[in-house]
Amino acid sequence: MLRLEKRPQPSKTLSYVTPVLAVLITMVAGGALFAALGKDPVVAIRTIFWDPLFGQFAFYYLPQLLVKAGPLILIAIGLSLGFRAGIWNIGAEGQYILGAIFGAGVALACYPLEAWWIFPLMVIAGAFGGFLWAMIPAILKVRFGTNEILVSLMLVYVAEQLLASMSIGLMKNPDGYGFPGSRNLQQYPSAHNAELIPDTGLHWGVVAAIVVAILAYILLNRHILGFQIRLTGEAPRAARFAGVKPPRLVLVCMGTAGALAGMAGMFEVAGPAGQISAGFNTGYGFTAIIVAFLGRLHPFGIVLAGLLMALTYIGGEAAQSALQLPGAAIQVFQGMLLFFLLAVDLLTNYRIRLTKRETA
Amino acid sequence: MDLSAINPVLLFASLMVAATPVLIAAIGELVVERAGVLNLGVEGMMITGAICGFAAAVTTGSPLVGFIAAAAGGAGLSLLFALLTQVALANQVASGLALTLFGLGLSALFGQNYVGLKPPPTARLDIPVLSDLPVVGRIVFGHDPVVYFGLLLLVAVWAFLKFTRAGLVLRAVGENHTAAHALGYKVVRIRVLAILFGGACAGLGGAYISLVRVPQWTEGMTGGAGWIALALVVFASWKPWRVLLGAWLFGGVTVLQLNLQAAGLEIRAEYLSMSPYLVTILVLVIMSGHRSGSPGSLGRTFHASQ
Repeated sequence: MLRLEKRPQPSKTLSYVTPVLAVLITMVAGGALFAALGKDPVVAIRTIFWDPLFGQFAFYYLPQLLVKAGPLILIAIGLSLGFRAGIWNIGAEGQYILGAIFGAGVALACYPLEAWWIFPLMVIAGAFGGFLWAMIPAILKVRFGTNEILVSLMLVYVAEQLLASMSIGLMKNPDGYGFPGSRNLQQYPSAHNAELIPDTGLHWGVVAAIVVAILAYILLNRHILGFQIRLTGEAPRAARFAGVKPPRLVLVCMGTAGALAGMAGMFEVAGPAGQISAGFNTGYGFTAIIVAFLGRLHPFGIVLAGLLMALTYIGGEAAQSALQLPGAAIQVFQGMLLFFLLAVDLLTNYRIRLTKRETA
Repeated sequence: MDLSAINPVLLFASLMVAATPVLIAAIGELVVERAGVLNLGVEGMMITGAICGFAAAVTTGSPLVGFIAAAAGGAGLSLLFALLTQVALANQVASGLALTLFGLGLSALFGQNYVGLKPPPTARLDIPVLSDLPVVGRIVFGHDPVVYFGLLLLVAVWAFLKFTRAGLVLRAVGENHTAAHALGYKVVRIRVLAILFGGACAGLGGAYISLVRVPQWTEGMTGGAGWIALALVVFASWKPWRVLLGAWLFGGVTVLQLNLQAAGLEIRAEYLSMSPYLVTILVLVIMSGHRSGSPGSLGRTFHASQ
């Protein structure tokens, strides 16, 4: 009979192999799902994973890859710091929205002034907005011991309402003929987060994502704070003996995650999205949770995972138009990926042994 | 604005209805957490229940079949969580989140063909005499059977946990799984059963939203009710009766803000819509001072190593 035996140390090799394994299992299970929906599974998988990269219309899809991966990576890296230390900020979606509102707020306040400092100020404002929103669950946790999971999540719904109210109230475009939504920042050169190289999808948000990944790597491997984060996650008791102050760690991890999510929101509203509108947020804050886990909470892993997840988004769109695959199927696919990832993780932490049945 | 447009009797009557979905879901989650498992997938199971119930009720024309299908759907999804956390020994927080993300996607996929349809109406109980009583008749009697089912379920769970041997075993598993295992109780089996019960309850709660409260199907229609149910369990300090109190509080705030919106209060509708979530946060803060009731093994992975 099968028996699980805990490994003294999680297997290093397997921790690299399991994400790949999870992706492969998800492809098989996803194929079964697509077959159940009456689509050819092989064609569907090829449309999602192969065609956007190497197909006939790759020139159209490839820039989209960076546009989608940028915010996912930015948010996921912030989240991963907290997840490593057992701090569960799952309200990144709300922090993303607040970042967008703050960033766009600066731009709309300055309109129609043209100046070089507007965009940097927007970045700071966006990060600050996300930071503030993340500080609510963080301070409540530190001061009152309130559960950060529930509070940060409740704040997502509050942020969505705030966004809706902004788009038809305070930030509504005065020249918009009464339509909801703010001015389009793409038509405001000083505030526009334009592509740095045309037709590549490379905007400042993507640059920020890469820089942040490198900084996070240095933080985790070379800085005492990174050591404390890892120590708290792996051995909370030892961390306390080593002088780690948990409240400080909560504030730092949540604050960083909030600021990064806020920045992602700001880059999105000033670039690809263009305006504050009720449907501005599309769930990046939640998908980033999957990205963080798929990337093994490692900065470079997250970059790869973010690109892969972005591929499922654009591949999903391609499959939607080419095969009439319902959009929700991709959501199911992404959810499945996290499931299988968590399941195959068993192999990293435990050994499976075949044993004869023992008498108790 | 015109406050006289708000009828207090109707307000209390609809409070009972608004509280029911979170009440049923929270009772289920309470049992799960008393068994020492933290299932953050309530939202996902509720929305799955909402679409399963809706689809079954529309197809068969019977709300009862709908509710049964919803319970089965919720339990089916929770089985995935049970496999992940109890067999594959995965992290419960991450698995719960995965369940919610998966459930939201799955329900959107299944629900595409059901947008814009009307479900068969769920009959109200019409008890002669009692329902015709002034004020009380409208508030207490004359609801649909599910409202009373929720209350019955609460009493049943309370009695189960307090007076039965099985309830004691379940609590023992939640307080200290190692000790319970040493006493010979099947920790994993008990927890899987608790998780399934929690899933069925969440499914029922979700179906109540899509079949009675709204009643139609829209994507993401549970709107955080599952998370509020999770908050209620914390608010209740893991005690069944307090769940009822929390559910009524939440229902009251929801109904009141809807009424204020209708009455044309000088506050934007969006800010009023925030209030149930803000009240939930406030309540969590107030309750976080006394966290005596938290089960000892809550959220910890159990593996019977020799």
